Amino acid sequence: MTQTAQERAHVSAPASGITLSRLMPWIIAILFLLIMPILFGSNSAITIMNQMMITIVFALAYNMLLGQGGMLSFGHAVYMGVGGFMCMHIIRMVEKYGIPLPLPVLPLFGGLFGLGLAMIIGSFSTRKAGTVFAMISLGIGELIAACSVIIVVFFGGEEGISGDRTYGLPFFGIEFLQQKEVYYLLAFWTVLSTILMYLFSRTPVGRMANAVRDNPERAEFLGYSARWVRYFSFCASGFFAGIAGGMFAINYEILTGEQLSLIQSGAILLITFLGGVGLFFGPIIGAIVFTLLQTVLSLQTEIWQLYVGALFVAAVMFFPGGLAGVLMMHVPAIRLGKLHLLIVPYIRTLVPAVLCIIGVAVILEILFHVRHSAPGDNEMTLFWITFDSHNPVAWAIGAVLALGGFWLARMSAPDLRDAWHRANTLDGGAA
Amino acid sequence: MTVPALQLDGLRKSFGKTEIIRGIDLSISAGERHAVIGPNGAGKSTLFNLITGRFPQTSGTIRLHGHDLKGLAPFEINRMGLSRSFQITNIFPKMSVFENVRCSLLWSQGYKYSFWNMVSRSRELTEGAMEILDQINLTSRAELPAGVLSYAEQRALEIGITIAGGADVIMLDEPTAGMSHSETDYIVELIRKVTEDKTLVMVEHDMGVVFGLADRISVLVYGEIIATGRPEDVRGDPKVQEAYLGAALEAEH
Repeated sequence: MTQTAQERAHVSAPASGITLSRLMPWIIAILFLLIMPILFGSNSAITIMNQMMITIVFALAYNMLLGQGGMLSFGHAVYMGVGGFMCMHIIRMVEKYGIPLPLPVLPLFGGLFGLGLAMIIGSFSTRKAGTVFAMISLGIGELIAACSVIIVVFFGGEEGISGDRTYGLPFFGIEFLQQKEVYYLLAFWTVLSTILMYLFSRTPVGRMANAVRDNPERAEFLGYSARWVRYFSFCASGFFAGIAGGMFAINYEILTGEQLSLIQSGAILLITFLGGVGLFFGPIIGAIVFTLLQTVLSLQTEIWQLYVGALFVAAVMFFPGGLAGVLMMHVPAIRLGKLHLLIVPYIRTLVPAVLCIIGVAVILEILFHVRHSAPGDNEMTLFWITFDSHNPVAWAIGAVLALGGFWLARMSAPDLRDAWHRANTLDGGAA
Repeated sequence: MTVPALQLDGLRKSFGKTEIIRGIDLSISAGERHAVIGPNGAGKSTLFNLITGRFPQTSGTIRLHGHDLKGLAPFEINRMGLSRSFQITNIFPKMSVFENVRCSLLWSQGYKYSFWNMVSRSRELTEGAMEILDQINLTSRAELPAGVLSYAEQRALEIGITIAGGADVIMLDEPTAGMSHSETDYIVELIRKVTEDKTLVMVEHDMGVVFGLADRISVLVYGEIIATGRPEDVRGDPKVQEAYLGAALEAEH
């Protein structure tokens, strides 16, 4: 019997060891990171990408709690923020006393301070999961955010603290004067942190984090203290959040109390959820999409947060797996080689749906303009068209787009559903 | 004389003013298959929860291989070699079947809270998990999320998780609850197979299961054990017949 079990172990157990196909996504991602600044060399593009990488590390760290450990935190910005503040202070000290500390290792210190804080807070907050944990995280988040105004020496009060990353010793001749140099430094830390967080999820404590998330009581009867498993996940998450803080300090050279605030903690929850908590790479997608929305959309409209909020609500209601979950839904169809069946129905449903969304956005934008622009300023520009916001025709166009798009999308939805069904069933199969 | 695997002395438990367990003395020797039966509300599950550290006892002692379990948390008791299943299926629904079993092997293979080992790189873990899956006939289901298995399969997985850690005292809480006849036979065979050379303590409603499987039976009525002995002795005991079996046997016919 042992013999057969071993034979089967080779057949159906998940293959262990490192294979090229497993390394492929990582290699592609690293190459991608390397060539991005060459493709998009403008300073603004690099600024956006730097912001993305910081958010990716933070979101992945956050998902160690939310997705993998089942702990909903409302105050995780604190660990990133404290890591960042500490790094800022280190930068200033290096500047003041001429300590020979190269800038590239700075995020490690951010991580260590994030870890230290997480070790203290986690010692009592991880006793229970669920509401108790969420409430404690909220309380601690508020507490430390309030400290930023009170302890001015450390947090710098309202204006925060700032430093100069170029004052340290040059690192192999690199002074980090240029955005591009910062980009590659952040890319290095992003890749390193992502690999380490991925490996963490494969370790015994990472696996047990999933078990404790699913069923803490059963985990206790397997010899593991649910509380200690949560504690270790929490500390690891605090460490990587601190690294993100260090990256932030290097990139922006300033930290303010805003970095500790509930707004930041809420944003990271939103980003992680939008990307998908169930899959390791979900938060990466969330971070990229959110940063794009934040930077691109906020240039175009003042009510961009409304759209992001609507997207978040839609994700929670219709796509609980997030964007990553939506992508993974298509894996069976790809395996069956039937993805092409979905292309036409997708176009026929999604194009009207996009029109509908544009229509709604037009109405919202006009409404916003009418209510908030100075009296007499009736002129507004939307989608490169300038028109009178008090003109009923503009309203009518918006309404037609919204209603017409909605109607067309609804008409073709059944076709999409059929196509979806066909794409996900075997030929000639009964199911 | 050898130390009994499990020994209870004067065990009592009250919830508020209500006394659920009212003084239980019981000794189960190593390698014995012991069944606890009794009518609904007799305190069988409470007794299980006391032994496994889910609730603290009000008074009395519980000894596992001679060690007092007072004040120990479930995970500490588990590390001493006692493992249990639950009356309500209690698995990790979002994890794969394979992952369920592998997690239950981690502690006993000495991985503790390590974050410097990769679980997929350990042959012992993979082979150990596949061996357990083979024993519970779920090899073909290894990659599925545990939550989508059929009820009987989930119960089998539950037993697999319970035995995987290599505990020598296995406690099963109504392993055949809610199963059809054929499923029950399957689970009984499974229990017989996986608890060989181990101490088994089980709570069970199904009389056929109890009499077929157990070496000794204790009858628990209103928080007290009114009889303990070999199945045929217990069946013949007039007190038992009056209190419980008579009604149950009548109901069966």
